[in-house]
Formats: sequence, structure tokens, C-alpha cells
Amino acid sequence: MFILKYILRNLFRHRLRSVLTVVGVAVAVLAYGLLTTLVGLWYSGAEHASDTRLITRNAISLVFPLPISYLERIRGVPGVTTASYGNWFGAYYKEQKNFFANYAIEPRSYLELYPEFILSPKEKNDFLLDRKGCIVGERLARTYGWKVGDLITLKGTIYPGDWEFVLRGIYHGKEKATEERIFLFHWTYLNETMRRSVPRRADQVGYFVVGVKNPGLAPDVALAVDSMFKNSLAETLTETEKAFHMSFVSMTEAIMVAIQIVSYMVIAIIMVVAANTMAMTARERIGEYATLKTLGFKGGHLAGLIFGESVAISFLGGLLGVALTFPAAHWIETELAQYFPYFTVSPKTLLFELLAALSVGVVSGIFPTWRGATIRIADGLKRIG
Amino acid sequence: MAQTTEPIVRIRNLSKSYRRGTQIIPVLSGISFDIARGEFVALMGPSGSGKSTLLNMIAGIDSADEGEIEIGGVEITRLGESDLARWRAVSVGFIFQFYNLIPVLTAFENVELPLLLTHLNRRERREHVEAVLNVVGLADRMDHYPSQLSGGQQQRVAIARAIVTDPEILVADEPTGDLDRASAEEILQLMDRLVHEFGKTVIMVTHDPRAAEKAHLVRHLEKGELSVT
Ligand SMILES: Nc1ncnc2c1ncn2[C@@H]1O[C@H](COP(=O)(O)OP(=O)(O)OP(=O)(O)O)[C@@H](O)[C@H]1O
Ligand SMILES: [Mg+2]
Repeated sequence: MFILKYILRNLFRHRLRSVLTVVGVAVAVLAYGLLTTLVGLWYSGAEHASDTRLITRNAISLVFPLPISYLERIRGVPGVTTASYGNWFGAYYKEQKNFFANYAIEPRSYLELYPEFILSPKEKNDFLLDRKGCIVGERLARTYGWKVGDLITLKGTIYPGDWEFVLRGIYHGKEKATEERIFLFHWTYLNETMRRSVPRRADQVGYFVVGVKNPGLAPDVALAVDSMFKNSLAETLTETEKAFHMSFVSMTEAIMVAIQIVSYMVIAIIMVVAANTMAMTARERIGEYATLKTLGFKGGHLAGLIFGESVAISFLGGLLGVALTFPAAHWIETELAQYFPYFTVSPKTLLFELLAALSVGVVSGIFPTWRGATIRIADGLKRIG
Repeated sequence: MAQTTEPIVRIRNLSKSYRRGTQIIPVLSGISFDIARGEFVALMGPSGSGKSTLLNMIAGIDSADEGEIEIGGVEITRLGESDLARWRAVSVGFIFQFYNLIPVLTAFENVELPLLLTHLNRRERREHVEAVLNVVGLADRMDHYPSQLSGGQQQRVAIARAIVTDPEILVADEPTGDLDRASAEEILQLMDRLVHEFGKTVIMVTHDPRAAEKAHLVRHLEKGELSVT
């Protein structure tokens, strides 16, 4: 009881120093939490990817197209439920910075393969019927204030020119992880325009999406599709959507590892800073500790006092950091929505934030605690006056 | 002064030296003396003669190289660290030159400190603390922090803290060294009362001849040897 009171009073002794340490730990913990979440999100795209959908693309590279004529042959492969296709369109809205994923797709089969994009039956129907119609995710619509019926003009990059669309529907994701920043429109709209302007680019697709009956069939189907087009003009590479995502993820894996390391470094740095502060504090109070020992208090009492203060400061910092994580994550979700479709800090990460703060307290307290507990009284008393 | 009962402090062949690098600095060499119960002893001597060192050893906060210190029948030179701490808590009160109060604790809490190591409950502790604060005349200041008290008042709080567990002996290292004459006088009178009214044994290191006058006995320490005047 007394020790607690004493620790509390000590915390308020150098208010500025304590506040700075608490804030320092809070900021470090916050940075750790946000970076860890970021890394987690990067991998989660692959984790949430379906394993009953296969992506077939050009074996040479994603940038080379495949002929639309492959579609019927892929549909004929045993185990395939549906096949659809699309082109990465790569257009932006008004300004280059307003960039989001937009694809030209075959609506009926595509929506069948992506049941997680939820549209009202009316909106779905309107979209299917309008050749210049498009649908977007709720988040994207919110970003630009689009409403159903709006005329939207995108500026093409891969397919130059101004492209006009009518917004026919706004889908929402079945799960939180479902991407809600996608813009989808009719492949035929793109293809007909190409036929007129650049005929050699017509009748080509960027990729096929292939639905399989169950995940177990995926390897066989992939093999069957790829061997079917072996030695043809455009050989294919088929893999599960998950593997497809992973191939992106692994390209950037080094960056993610670096970010994770940085997040640990931040904690290590604050550990050193906090340890220095605690050592300074303990050094100033050596005379006091010696006095307490003279009165009969033992090393253990002093250890509790010093260690308690160190852990209390860091724990306060941890709590503050966790509290700050929520508004920070919310801010990222709204302000940086083009990079992070959603930014939810998991309970596990919050727990790790607290553990990181506690470890800062423990590590920074060890040396001063040991010093204080083992100080020779006569030496300590000389430090007074 | 008449030596009535058996001595409360018995020191035999006490030696102590410090090591500074490879150099060995002898401080005390084979000191022996007794202090009777209820005695008020002043310990004088030039700076660096080892007064504080001797006092610290009597109070059980520094260790001897050789020899024995027996206090109230307990040979403290044989106690381990933990037993020594327990012994200090009940058997000796220490008064420092710079008071050594804990700045974040009130006068009351400072005096209560040694009682936290006893089995006394809250109410009993309060009674004890109030009683000793009354003895030193600071009952009305118990909620003040050290920084809100004068040097003399702080030293009186420190004395209250030293006597709150009712130890038989009090040791004081230049208790008036940091005080003006009037405050010093007050402190000395208080120590005198503790000896005469409460039967304490007081061992006080001092440079101040005026302070030494209050003592029954003055011992001089010089070059590690003790002499009586
Ligand atoms: N921890 C230590 N290490 C080395 N030497 C020490 C240590 N403590 C004390 N000494 C030496 O021991 C000698 C006696 O010191 P002590 O403090 O007992 O003297 P003192 O009589 O109390 O002096 P003063 O009147 O100045 O307080 C001095 O020479 C001092 O330098
Ligand atoms: Mg001294």
C-alpha cells in the first residue's frame, strides 16, 4: 500500500520527465501497432483470397494478354464451374492521384464468381443491361461522393481517352476484408471501342477467372488448363487466387520485413531512452534509497519501489498508446483510404502493444533496480548534501 | 558521569581500512571503548579522521574489517545483511546532517516510515507518530512536506523518525552541521531531553565545540586512534 503511494508520488516528482517518458512510450507503442497492422494487412489480401478461384494469365507476364477464344475451352475443362475474364483498365478519375482498381469484365459470370460483392437485384439488373454501366464498391463511392445514376468519366492510361460510364450500382463487401474500392464495367464496352480504334488490341483479355467445384480440384484444373495451351501462341499460367496474390506479396516481402524490423527498432529505441531516464532518476535518489535502507528497509522493498515506478511509467505509456491506436487507425482508414481499404488493429496487436510497453518498463527498470537494491548504505549516504 | 550499569555499546579491536585502487587507506586501527547506557557522547576529530565511519559501523550500516561491536547484548558485527536490517529497524535511530527526509512524503509519513516495518496497525502507527511529533513540538506540522519546513524543523522531524520505534541508542552525524545557531541550539536541547527524559543513549559526531559541551563525554578520534577528554 505504502509502496504504491510512494511510487505514485515519485511519478509526479518530475512531471515533465514522467510525461515525456509516458508520451515517448505511447508514441513508440502506437508506431509499433500501426506498422504491425500494416504488415498484417499486406498479407491478409492473400489470406482472404479464395481458393476455389483460379487466375489464368499469360505465362510470360501479366502484361501480355490472352485471346478471348480461350474462354470456351477453359469452360470445358472438367471441374470448372464458371469462367470469366477481365482486363486491368488502369484509368483514373479526374486527376492522376485519384487512382483505384478498375477492370473491364464480363458482368454476369464475374459477379457469379465473386459472390462477396453484394448488389441489390435491381442494381445488378440495371448494370447487366447497360453496356456503359458500371458498379463500384461502397468505399470508393463514398470517397468521390458518387450516387447511382451519376455519369462518371475516367481518364484512360493503358486505353487512352475519356471513358464515360453510368453508375448502375454500389456493392458492399460481404466481409470486412472484402475490397470495396473496385470499379467494374462491361468488357464489351472496352472491346467494341478497341475494335473501332485499335483493332489489334481487340478480343484480348488480361486474365481469366476460373471457378472450380472445390479447392481440392484446383491443382488438377490448373494443370489441365495450362497443358491445353501448351505450345500455342500464348501459353498460360494458372494458379489459385491465393497463390496469385502471394506472388505480388512475395515481390514486396523484403519491404514488409524491413517495416517489421523498424517496428521492433522503435521499441528498442524507446527502451534505451526509458532506461536512461530511469537510471538518471535512480541516481538522483540514491541518497534516499540509502536512507530507507538505514531505516531498515531491505533491497526487496527498494526493488519494488524502483521497478514499480519504471513499470508504471511504461504501462501508462502503453495504455495511452493503445488508446491512441483507435483514432489513429480510424484516421488512416478515412484519410489514406486509397492505400488501405480497411485498417483494423487486431486485439492481438493491441495486446502486443501493451506487452511491448511492459517490456520497456521491465528492461529499463532492471539496471536501476539492481543498483538501488544493492547500493552500499554508507556510499549512498555520501551522495546527500 | 557515574558509570551505573553495564555498557550498552562495547567495541573491541575495531579496524577498518578503505581500498582506493591498489592503495589501502587505514581509517580505524584497533579501537576499543564502551559507552554506558543513558550516556551522551560527542565524537570529535579532524576531518577525515574516521568519525562518520565509526558512527556508521555502530549504527550497522557499514561493516568492520576486524573486531567486534556489541550493542545491547547483540554482536552486530556477526549479523548478516538481512538480520542487520531488521536490527537497525528497531534498535537504532539515525540522525543525519542533511536530515534525509523523503521529499515526496509529509512529515507524518516520514516519521511513519520505520513503523511500516513493524506489525503495528494503522491506528497504532498514527498514535506513535503523533506522540513523537508532539515530543519534537511539530504536531501541528504533520501534513507539511519537507520543503515547507525550515532546516531546524526538518531536523526535528528527522529526530522524531529516529525515535519513533523507541530504539535504545541514537546516532547523529553532525546533526547541527547545516543549521544556524538558534536552530542548532534547539536541536541540542532536544537531544539532551531525549537522554535525560527518555533515557536514550546518544552518540553524536560534531565539529562544533558548543555542541560537544552538551555531551557528558567527549571522545577525540585522530589518526585512527581514540582519546578521551
Ligand atoms: N568509500 C570510501 N572509499 C575510500 N575511502 C573512504 C571511503 N569512505 C571514507 N573514506 C576515507 O576514510 C577516511 C575517513 O572518512 P570519514 O568520512 O569517516 O571521516 P570523518 O571523520 O567523518 O570526516 P568529516 O569530519 O569530514 O566528516 C577519509 O580519509 C575518507 O577519505
Ligand atoms: Mg563525517
